[in-house]
Amino acid sequence: MSPARGTRTGKTSPTSKSAKKPEKKATKKAVVNKQSTKTRRPTDRSATGHRVDLLEAMLRIRRFEERCVELYSAAEIRGFVHLYIGEEAVAVGVNEALNPEDAVVSTYREHGHALARGIPAEAVMAEMYGRTTGCSGGRGGSMHLFDASRRFYGGNAIVAGGLPLAAGLALADRMRAHPRVTCCFFGDGAFAEGEFHETANLAALWNLPLLLVCENNLYAMGTGIERHEAQTDLAMRTASYGMVAWAVDGMDVEAVEQAARRACEAIRAGAGPHFLELRTYRFRAHSMYDPDRYRDKAEIERWKGRDPITRLMDRMREDGEPADKELAAIERRVTNEIAHAVTAAEEAPEEPVADLLRHVTSASAEVS
Amino acid sequence: MGAGQPQEQKTTYREAMREALREAMRSDDRVFLMGEDVGRYGGCFGVSLGLLEEFGPERVRDTPLSESAFVGAGIGAALAGMRPVVEIMTVNFSLLALDQILNNAATLLHMSGGQLPVPLVIRMTTGAGRQLAAQHSHSLEGWYAHIPGIRVVAPATLEDARHMLAPALADPDPVLIFEHGSLYNASGELAPPAAPVDLDHAAIRRPGTDISLITYGGSLPKTLAAADELAADGIDAEVIDLRTLRPLDDATITASVARTHRAVIIDEAWRTGSLAAEVSARIAERSFYELDAPVERVCSAEVPIPYARQLEEAALPQTSDIVAAAHRAVD
Repeated sequence: MSPARGTRTGKTSPTSKSAKKPEKKATKKAVVNKQSTKTRRPTDRSATGHRVDLLEAMLRIRRFEERCVELYSAAEIRGFVHLYIGEEAVAVGVNEALNPEDAVVSTYREHGHALARGIPAEAVMAEMYGRTTGCSGGRGGSMHLFDASRRFYGGNAIVAGGLPLAAGLALADRMRAHPRVTCCFFGDGAFAEGEFHETANLAALWNLPLLLVCENNLYAMGTGIERHEAQTDLAMRTASYGMVAWAVDGMDVEAVEQAARRACEAIRAGAGPHFLELRTYRFRAHSMYDPDRYRDKAEIERWKGRDPITRLMDRMREDGEPADKELAAIERRVTNEIAHAVTAAEEAPEEPVADLLRHVTSASAEVS
Repeated sequence: MGAGQPQEQKTTYREAMREALREAMRSDDRVFLMGEDVGRYGGCFGVSLGLLEEFGPERVRDTPLSESAFVGAGIGAALAGMRPVVEIMTVNFSLLALDQILNNAATLLHMSGGQLPVPLVIRMTTGAGRQLAAQHSHSLEGWYAHIPGIRVVAPATLEDARHMLAPALADPDPVLIFEHGSLYNASGELAPPAAPVDLDHAAIRRPGTDISLITYGGSLPKTLAAADELAADGIDAEVIDLRTLRPLDDATITASVARTHRAVIIDEAWRTGSLAAEVSARIAERSFYELDAPVERVCSAEVPIPYARQLEEAALPQTSDIVAAAHRAVD
């Protein structure tokens, strides 16, 4: 193995100027790819239009989840609900780099991934309600969203459980010579699981077309990364498997998109697995049950100052784009869409209990 | 037998399994074999010897010692339209992949509301008898038979070894095939198939009227030997090979007990919480008024299987134990 491949991250400065204070605190030896944090300035209307799309996609996730908080508090939806608020730039930026024929494997904090992938808010909300019209027919709930037609392989509630599965999807593409990418989202907590390391080894060994996207939000449930990882520089660790690994500012949707595009282009060209460590933060607790006693309020406020939505809007204003006007229109659209999703979910039928044993095996699929 | 007639041919259980794999890979290019040492080594138990040369390293794929990753990769490949056959060296090692088998393979179809069937076959060895001590000798297929969403089968004969893989691959859901390590060298005449192996039904390997001996996998030869001994004592035993451990074929068991009114269950797993316990409970539920004697169970001693030959033999169900249990039920 040529050392250049494994040490790709080493090309960038280990004390990158672009690394902001909160990141430095959590990852002492940050290896942030400089290029990927530079922001492309739009020069024409189409770039502006693209930013509007990014803004809308992020706002859809934000407003969807804010509504989930209300519905959970009102006991309309139940179970474990893990909110993505604050991390929207990751799902939206990465999804921009993916094609419809690519595959996505996700975790239990997946509303953002599902909505960014294009699963209608109505189908996701109906799933939260456990209704037949939900994207998993009411059998999955918040943690297990699936949509085979969009190659969205969900919804894994075991932190690294989706990783081997993603390797298999990528393996099938490689064996069939399909130039597709399988994108697997997981959190920093997955680094402590053997399955992450087994998969990274397998993917690099077999040169699989796999995009590993680590959402490093600095906490594995309630345990800070410096208390669960001996080495917190995740990109560097993954590079040791002989794959290209970049650390990117996960609060900057354009930086995320740019890094994901570069990675996907390389993967499609046959360069094998790529790893992105997206440094992000969840503004909310781990789940709706979590009293969030383990985090410093000042830390949360500091990260809220880097809100990916506000940040993109600020940048649009700086560039003289009509952010406020667009925002009002987007807000109206998104609000209507989610209100409609809630109404539709409330009105959707419940699956009859007689169908309890459906879908246990394919033979039981048609039992009624 | 005249020319042109299907000939019975001499083979071993190992060769029968290999031939089944060869046939599957020849007839469907979506089928590939993946596991530890399946390629260059020829398979830890010699089952895949020669397949690498015929099909190449893409389809006979050596894996790292990463059970969770390569079983999970099998699931992903199955979701993407392939027909993987994943080999795990022993059931003991399969525990490292239990998360993938239970939380993904068995669950995805249901969790996704029927969108994601997983047409995956996982093969592994099970059982004791070769002085391999505790971490290579256990019989945990009953644990897997506990799990909804998968099919669990145990080929006990040359015919099943040769012909069970095709229906397993045709099943849209995950199928786990348990091959008892002591069977690989079993040899005999392989009869041409009368019909495809039926994975929904148990097989009556020896019809009888006095007692039902219910077993599967590696215990079948011992049970048939016990039936021969019992016949010499004037007891006509029926031997049922469960063949499929999940879903259990209740009808065959119930019909047999209705004929014989006595049952012994032979299972190499530990008695506590075993498949033998499940079969026993079902007989109590469905056939209680048919019984002329309490149901007997012959299982392994409740001990991690020891290395020393005499201790290992003492721990496992033996033909003499089966004969003794049958006599308790009949006499």
